[in-house]
Amino acid sequence: MSKTLFDKVWDAHVVDSVPNGPQILYIDKHLIHEVTSPQAFAELEQRGIPLYRPQQVVATADHNVPTLNQHLPIKDALSRKQVDLLSKNCENHGVTLYGLGHPYQGIVHVMAPELGITQPGMTMVCGDSHTSTHGAFGSIAFGIGTSQVAMVFASQCLLLNKPKKMRIKVDGDLNQGVTPKDVILYIIAQLGTNSGTGYFVEYAGSVFEQMSMEGRMTVCNMSIEMGARGGMIAPDQTTFDYVQGREFAPKGEEWEKKLAYWKSLPTEEGAEFDQEYSFDAADIEPMITYGTNPGMGIPLSGTIPDSGDQNFEKALNYMGFNPGQSLVDHPIDYVFIGSCTNSRIEDFRQAAAVVKGRQKSPAITAWIVPGSQQVAKQIKEEGLQDIFEAAGFAIRQSGCSACLGMNEDKIPSGAYCVSTSNRNFEGRQGQGARTLLASPLLAAQTAIEGKLTVINSLEPAL
Amino acid sequence: MKKLNKIESSAVPLPIENVDTDQIIPARFLKATDREGFGENLFRDWRFKADGTPLPDFVLNQETYSGEILLAGTNFGCGSSREHAAWALADYGFRVIVSSYFADIFRGNALNNGILPIQVEEEILQKLLAATSNNPQTSFRVNLEEQVLEAPELGIKVDFAIDDYKKMCLLNGYDDIDFLLSKKDEIQAFEKSRSH
Repeated sequence: MSKTLFDKVWDAHVVDSVPNGPQILYIDKHLIHEVTSPQAFAELEQRGIPLYRPQQVVATADHNVPTLNQHLPIKDALSRKQVDLLSKNCENHGVTLYGLGHPYQGIVHVMAPELGITQPGMTMVCGDSHTSTHGAFGSIAFGIGTSQVAMVFASQCLLLNKPKKMRIKVDGDLNQGVTPKDVILYIIAQLGTNSGTGYFVEYAGSVFEQMSMEGRMTVCNMSIEMGARGGMIAPDQTTFDYVQGREFAPKGEEWEKKLAYWKSLPTEEGAEFDQEYSFDAADIEPMITYGTNPGMGIPLSGTIPDSGDQNFEKALNYMGFNPGQSLVDHPIDYVFIGSCTNSRIEDFRQAAAVVKGRQKSPAITAWIVPGSQQVAKQIKEEGLQDIFEAAGFAIRQSGCSACLGMNEDKIPSGAYCVSTSNRNFEGRQGQGARTLLASPLLAAQTAIEGKLTVINSLEPAL
Repeated sequence: MKKLNKIESSAVPLPIENVDTDQIIPARFLKATDREGFGENLFRDWRFKADGTPLPDFVLNQETYSGEILLAGTNFGCGSSREHAAWALADYGFRVIVSSYFADIFRGNALNNGILPIQVEEEILQKLLAATSNNPQTSFRVNLEEQVLEAPELGIKVDFAIDDYKKMCLLNGYDDIDFLLSKKDEIQAFEKSRSH
């Protein structure tokens, strides 16, 4: 029988099956960070269980870290304690840590791919729902809870019921100014925030085939925002070219062996999915969200829909918007370009192309937060930092930052923020903050104009 | 893990849809390094003003509503994988959550913390929410062994699904770590057998 990419990777990792119950799935790589790991380490210690395969665990500090003065001790006592505990736990259990100050430190879903830790055909987990990002390489990657972090520590395995399979195809050519972020916001707006629950999604079609790895990561990253456990894209030459030569990528004979395996992974003709959707690329326009979940998105040229539903009203009330309203010309207070969704070099190249030679609006506070130390270095080397600074943007150091406001980078109550992150939930970026999700292109343009404006009013250099 | 089999209790109605884990426990409370005490910040920003005074309209601040069962709108627990959300609900005292849909990661986290997520048809959920809103004393019986949720005064008795393995874990208070450690030989054999 023809197999899907998902089946091939999943089936290759099944250790055993419990009758009428879950399967034991072997995990190749386990990424950890300071927020969801301390209780898991404590659990091991309380039960006197050793960490089974420390060489398959990689740690970094990202959620809680300041994005200013990272060379100084962390000011916030609780954050400092959590980050220090990560260092101590990694040392005690033999786990490699790329902590603050290390050139490899960064948002876990940015640094792992750029180091070649993420590879096709792998199973990967992390105590973070955006682990779905790594599916861009044709791996099965998904977020887990802290109890599961402890299970993987103890056994390098998880007990799971195999999810159902969904394929989402987007074919055709994207319109000017439409980025991978717009593609995934469009898909979520079309299908809804719980459409993917119980599924693993494969993205297919010419749009994803032509997309860069950075773009594919943006798309797979937001799979969880439609409820899917993860998203995947078949590995191809774009994938292989990205992985080859990176620090932890296979080398020499090992590379040839892996490559042959990776090439066998794509979904076969005739393989069946439990659910399939198809979209036409030409229908996708630059997107913006207007509500308090990522499914509440519209083309910026459109208007906010109407719905008699009380949940819908609650969301609009929080955002200070009305049904039927256009968001064009709506004033904005903050622009945040960062997060595991959009803080890779390509995102900043796109934003810089819009910003170059212009000044940000005085009404806007604009933050550029690179996803990793390596991206920060690249921004500098490519001259993008000069462009942003000349325009009045603040360049910060790498971390999750204002995506979830665990550190000092919070949006004030009532303020509007056009954000390249992944969640517009109530209070996500700070208590009372109002988040509008968008692409780096639209975010950059908003910073210049001080308000939302349709994308073709400036010429994007894509 | 705490065992769970039979629960008899009134319920707390939360008829809001797509409740994400950021609402259940906001990120600023995730700096703790243990599992205790999250209940006091459960639904923090719906429950309290920024200065800490309770918001009287929120259901957890209304004394008439209480119980070990939470009735919640569809797609409960979406968003972040933070297990702190399950810890907060358990710490507050909820043992059962009834909704018409649960987000995957949350469902797993709940089961790993002795909380039973019961999925019912939307129509049933709406009936239960309406009945409890009108009469906070409406009583419910949950029997995990028999996989039955019952609201005797409403004449409602529904079966719910749970996989045999997870049911056994909840009934006995077992967690997956014990089970996985018992499979160490198979796991090592798997590691040796891999060609790629």
